[in-house]
This record gives sequence, structure tokens and C-alpha cells, in this order.
Amino acid sequence: MSSPQNSFSLRKIVYDPKIRGLFFQTILFALLLYFFYSIITNTVENLQSRGIPIGFGFLDNASGFPVSFKLISYITSDSNAKLILVGLLNTLFVAVLGIITATILGLIFGVMRLSKNSIISAIATVYIEVLRNIPLLVQILLLYYGVLKTLPLAKDSLSFLGIFFANIKGISVPTISFGSAETPFIISIIVALIIMVALRLWSRKRQEKTGQQFPATKIGFAILIGLPLLILIASGWPVEVSIPELGRFSLKGGMTISPEFIALYLALSIYTSAFIAETVRAGIMSVSHGQTEASDSLGLPRNKTLNLIIIPQALRVIIPPLTSQYLNLTKNSSLAVAIGYTDLFASAGGVLNITGQALELIAITMTFYLLFSLLTSMFMNWYNSRIKLVER
Amino acid sequence: MSEYFIRSTMLDAKQAPKSNVGIVGWLQKNVFSSPLNIILTVVGLFVSYMTIKALADFVFFNAVFDATNGQECRPADGEPGGACWSFIQVFFKQYVYGRYPTEELWRPDIVFILGAALLIPLLIPKAPFKAVNSFLFFVIYPFLTLILLSGGDFVITGFFIPFIDLFGKTQGNFIFELSIVTALICAAIYFFGKSVGEDMKSTMLSIVVVAVIIAVIGLMLSSNFGLEVIETDIWGGFLVTLVVAITGIVLSLPIGIILALGRQSKLPVIKFLCVVFIEFWRGVPLITILFMAQNMIPLFLPEGGEAVDNLLRALIGVTLFASAYMAEVVRGGLQALPKGQYEGAQSLGLTYWQMMVKIILPQALKHVIPGIVNTFIGLFKDTTLVYIVGIFDLLGTVKATIENPEWIFPLQAMTGYVFVAFVFFIFCFGMSRYSIFMERHLHTGHSR
Repeated sequence: MSSPQNSFSLRKIVYDPKIRGLFFQTILFALLLYFFYSIITNTVENLQSRGIPIGFGFLDNASGFPVSFKLISYITSDSNAKLILVGLLNTLFVAVLGIITATILGLIFGVMRLSKNSIISAIATVYIEVLRNIPLLVQILLLYYGVLKTLPLAKDSLSFLGIFFANIKGISVPTISFGSAETPFIISIIVALIIMVALRLWSRKRQEKTGQQFPATKIGFAILIGLPLLILIASGWPVEVSIPELGRFSLKGGMTISPEFIALYLALSIYTSAFIAETVRAGIMSVSHGQTEASDSLGLPRNKTLNLIIIPQALRVIIPPLTSQYLNLTKNSSLAVAIGYTDLFASAGGVLNITGQALELIAITMTFYLLFSLLTSMFMNWYNSRIKLVER
Repeated sequence: MSEYFIRSTMLDAKQAPKSNVGIVGWLQKNVFSSPLNIILTVVGLFVSYMTIKALADFVFFNAVFDATNGQECRPADGEPGGACWSFIQVFFKQYVYGRYPTEELWRPDIVFILGAALLIPLLIPKAPFKAVNSFLFFVIYPFLTLILLSGGDFVITGFFIPFIDLFGKTQGNFIFELSIVTALICAAIYFFGKSVGEDMKSTMLSIVVVAVIIAVIGLMLSSNFGLEVIETDIWGGFLVTLVVAITGIVLSLPIGIILALGRQSKLPVIKFLCVVFIEFWRGVPLITILFMAQNMIPLFLPEGGEAVDNLLRALIGVTLFASAYMAEVVRGGLQALPKGQYEGAQSLGLTYWQMMVKIILPQALKHVIPGIVNTFIGLFKDTTLVYIVGIFDLLGTVKATIENPEWIFPLQAMTGYVFVAFVFFIFCFGMSRYSIFMERHLHTGHSR
């Protein structure tokens, strides 16, 4: 038996929360270190026995992987690194377009669901409930194999209004080209956008100072349309519209969008729009009716009530879940692999099949997706702190 | 002076104007209140009519119900054609069980029936014996399912102490090692407790109980019940969908609770590890996790790692993914509890685990039942992804039969995927209604 003195100090140590905490954390940390140590040594051993080198050297080798939908020039003799870049750009492309479309659709159906017109709100309810409760992958496959892949061959293309054509190779749409004025045209749009933002900032500052209002939005849009138009007129209207035409065997002119892209883009947009619609509905409903009444009693006109009272308060509720929906859409775009749209994950999978470098490729893919989610959550934290209700 | 009049009796209430009540009133108020509304109504009715007509044509009027091969499912030239339900009917058994041997189908049947019998009373808030019921469903049922479906007879050898190999590769080793470890822990607690001056009997007892439970489970899994062993690569169809979804949710709940508690912890290392774990698995798409599980688990394990079969790898991936989401749901519940509950428990002198198990978690988990159901709906939909890594769940099985050369007709893919969509819709919609019902049911308990 230990002496009372000894026992006292031992008891003190055992029941000291600091020492306890330190003890358990050390044990956990040691276990974790052992876990990582063992999987790393196992992996190195397994890779050596299979003759797979470790490292990123394979990225410089020629990929040999064909890609049908790409935004930058790419041929099969290009490197694996370039293939992954093509995939990354494709992911970003479909994600950005999908986000825009899903937001517009979600806004429409969210407002429709709140409509006092029962038929309109019933349509929105059915739309939301059906699309939310069917797995996205099933929707993608349904759209791709069930619809787009059953379209007729190019020579029997279905035509809409004589300018859109749909066949098994995709959907052909008219294109507009600006010939020699292309670069000035794009620059003018960017300049107009910058002017719009500057105008807005200036008018807000002036209003805060003097109380005078300035129709910044209207003039901004006028500049956005007027400036590029002016550039086109000044350069002699080099606008050419190319409409697809049905030849004997194939379509000529216009631009053909691949069915893989259409299936992924549409399915992502409408699936996410159902969730966004619910978010929008919750946001609008969260603004109490008293706010509208108070604004009416102040004599604000209808559109100002909406712009200055309702929407800013609804946005506070809408934005956080909306950003996580955007993130979900971006992550869900990895389902592209099921229908052969070469996104980030599918391109890494393609390289994996040829090189067998699972470790490195999965690390690359996951890093990019983690980067997206990290940036998104950083934005959300920033936004939340900006619009937080300032209370006394 | 003018005469005045005071009414001495109440007038009967008048009927509301005709245009305000009944169908006419409803129509005028809801559907035809303004020119814009009239246009919207007409357009809406037109769109609904077209959609319903197209759907009804596909599902009923143009559908084929009595074909024996793909040729008979083809619509006549110029006809629009519809679904060919005979195709679904022929392969229906495969869609439910995959390639599970016909003479053994009673095993998945028992699993389905037992699962329903245990789940339904669990879902009804008023049904009695909730504790027993959830113990049966969450603890006993998974092991029973495992033994029934796979056939049991697992090789369980010792794994705690690598250098003791008294009985060779038999269960004897496992029991022997388990008892040594239990005895060592008990002895340590006894001596430690004695020197601290505290009675450690109850702690020792609970450790022995846990050891006995582990031993019983180990013996059950490793004993031979005379069931034929069925490898997981011939499991398939809806059976696999359910196995993946239910395993994911049952395992992710305890892991998620631990992670949520860890994230709230004041110990910096534990908190950091939990945050990293949760944010990592939430930040990457499920498909990359499944891919990682498929390719990396054999690499991470010492030689013989390939023995971990495809389905188990996917289950590990799904569980990691689901537990990160579950942790966030549980955290919501923990944060929703007022601080007084924590302080009250502490002022009663409860230890951390007593406080959590007896006071905090029962309240927090009750709050987040709708959240758990919603996570399950998401997980249930996400199980379809396992077909990409080569597991034949419902979607994978349907996709495989669509490629069957005997049944090739133009609307085949449409028929198959509409069927899958319908099955998932029924389940997910039902669960989401249940979640809403639970939300209301729980809400009344807290309103004053």
C-alpha cells in the first residue's frame, strides 16, 4: 500500500483535468501516428511489389486518352497533366453554367410555389418534389441513354423552327461570330461592366452624401448594351450568323453541343434547381409580413419595397444554403464519369486506367475539390460576417 | 328632434356573396383574380395537360404489357411507342435480389420481412418498447442480416496480440486473446483504483460485459450454421441498395455522434482531428471517396488486402462519407440545446460521459430525428453511385439488363430508368413525408 501522502499526489494527478486531457490526447495522437505510419509503409511495400513508381513523373507522359468535349486545344499525344487541366476546365465550365441555370430555375419555381394561384403553385410543388426525390445519377442516365441517345441519326435530324437540330450526335444551334471585331467586342463588354460597377459605387456614395438618387442600374444596362453595339457599328457590322443546315448526311454550319454535356448540364441544373427553389421559398417566407406593411405605410412604392426591404432580408437567409447548393452542384458534376463527359474526375480516372497511379491521381482530384469547398466556405464566412444583423 | 333607432335584436348573419364561396369563389380568388393570373392559369393547365398526357401515353396507353422478347416491344412504324413493362417483369427478380441463388432466396426474404417488422414500430412515435426495439434493429438485426445473407462462417482469428498463436488460426485464439486483454485491463483498473482509493467494481463489470458481448458476436460470426456461403459479388439489385444505405446509416450514427462530440470538445488535438475529418469527407464528392476506397484499401493493408471484397470497400467509403454528414447533423442538435442543460448536469456532479449519455444526447438526438431522416434520404439516393465502381445495386442491375442482347428495343433505356426513378421516388418521397411528420410531432412537444 502506498502512503497517504503518495496516494494524495497520485489522486491529484489522476483527477487533474489538464493532465487527463493531455494523457488522452497523447494516446489518440500516438495511435493516429501509428495508423498513418502503418498504412504508409504498407502502401510503399505494396506499390513496390507491383512495380508502380511513386511520384508525379507520369504527369509528363503522353496520355493517349481521347476527349470529345474540350475548351482548350488538346490531342491524345498531349501530356497527362494537360488532360487533367482539360478535365478541370470542363468541370468549372459545366459547374458555372449549371449554377447560373439552376439559380434562375430555382428562383422561378420557388416564387411559383408561393404563388396564390393554386395551379401554378401545384405545378411548382410537383416539379420540386419529383426532382428532389429521384437520384441525380438516375436523372443523368435517363436523360442521356433514355432521351439523347435515342435521337435519330444525323441525316434524319429533328428540327425546331428550322434553326435548331437534334440528333444522336448532339444538338446543333446557330452561332454568331463577330469576325474582325471579336476582340474589341469582348473588351467593350468588360469595360461596360467595369463602368457599371463604378457608376453604382459612385451613385451610392453620392446618395449617402447628398440624398440625391441616380438611376445607376438603368444607365448601367444602357451602357452594357450600347457600348458593344457602338463598337460593332463602328467596325462596319462584321456580324455573321451561322445557321446549321441539313445536308445529305450531316449538318453543316452552326455549332453542335455534345449530348454528354447537355445531359450533365441539364440534369445538374434541374436537380439543383429543385433544392434552390426550396431555399428561395424559405427565404421569402422568413421575411415577416409586418416588414411589407411597414414599408407600405412609409409610402415606399412596390418595387422599392421589394428591392430595399424584402430581398435584402430574404437574401440573408437564402445565401448560406445557396452556397452549399452551389458546392453540391460542383461536387455532383463528378457524376460526369457515368456518361463519358471528361470532367476533372473522369480525366483523372482515364489517366489512372492507363498508369495505375491511384495514390497521386486521387490526391490531385481530392485537392481540387477540397480547394473549391474551402474557397466557398471562406466566401460564406466573409459574407455572413458582412450581412450579420447588427444588434445593440 | 329626429327620431333615433337602436336595434334591440341581433340580425342573422347573411350568407356570403355567391362569388366568394364555393367553387366559383375559390376559382375567382385563386385562379382568375387578375388578367395576368388568367394567363398563368391557362398556360399552367396547358403545360400540366401536355406533361400528364405524355406520361400517361408512355406508361399506360402506348405501353406493351405482354411481350416475350425485345422484338415485340418495338412500336409499329410511325407509332410513338411507350414503355415495355414486360421487360421489367422478366428481370424483376434480378432487380430485387441480383444473382442471388434461387434456392436461397428465403434468406434475403427473411431479412426484408424482419427489417420491416422491426422498422415500422420504430417509426411510429406511439409504439411501445422503443429501447428494446432500437436495440434489436440497430445492434442485433445487422449481425443477423450479415450471417443470413453471407452465410456466416467467417474466419476470426486473434488480432490483438500478434505473437500469441496458441490455437493456430481458430476462434480459440480470438477468445484466448480477448480474455487476456480483458483480464489485463481489469487488473490495471483494480490496482490503479486501489491506489487512488476508489471502488472500481462497476467499471470492471462493464468492461467484462463488453468483452462477453464481443466474444458472443465473434463466436456467432465464426460459427457454421449450415448456411451456404454466398460471395458478395453475386448479391445485387435492390438488396444491395438497401444493404449499402442501411449499413451506412447504422454505422454512421455512432461515429457521427463521437465526431460531433469531438468537434465540441475543449481538448485542442481532439477538436482539430474531428474538424479535419469532417471537413475532408464533406469537401470531396462521394464518387472520389468510393474510388479511393476501391483502389487504396488494398494498398493500405498488409499483403492479402485484396481479400477485402468490393462491396465491403464501398461500404467503408459510404460510412466515412455518411458519418461526416451525420456529425454535422448531430452538432446542430447539440448546439440547439440551451447552455443551462450542460450547466445543470455539471452542477449535479455528473461526469462528462454521464452528462452526455443521460442528459445531452437524448435531447439532442430527439431534436435532430428529421435531420437524420433527411441524411438517410440523401444517402439512399447516393447509393446509386456504387454502380460506377462495379457493384450491381438496383441501378447497376437495371443498366446491365438494358445491355442484354435478347431485349433490345428503342425505348428500353427509358423504360428501365423510369422504373428505377419510380422506385427511388416512392421511397424518398415517403421518407421525406415521414420527416415532415416527425418535425411536426416533435415540435408540439416543445411549444408552450
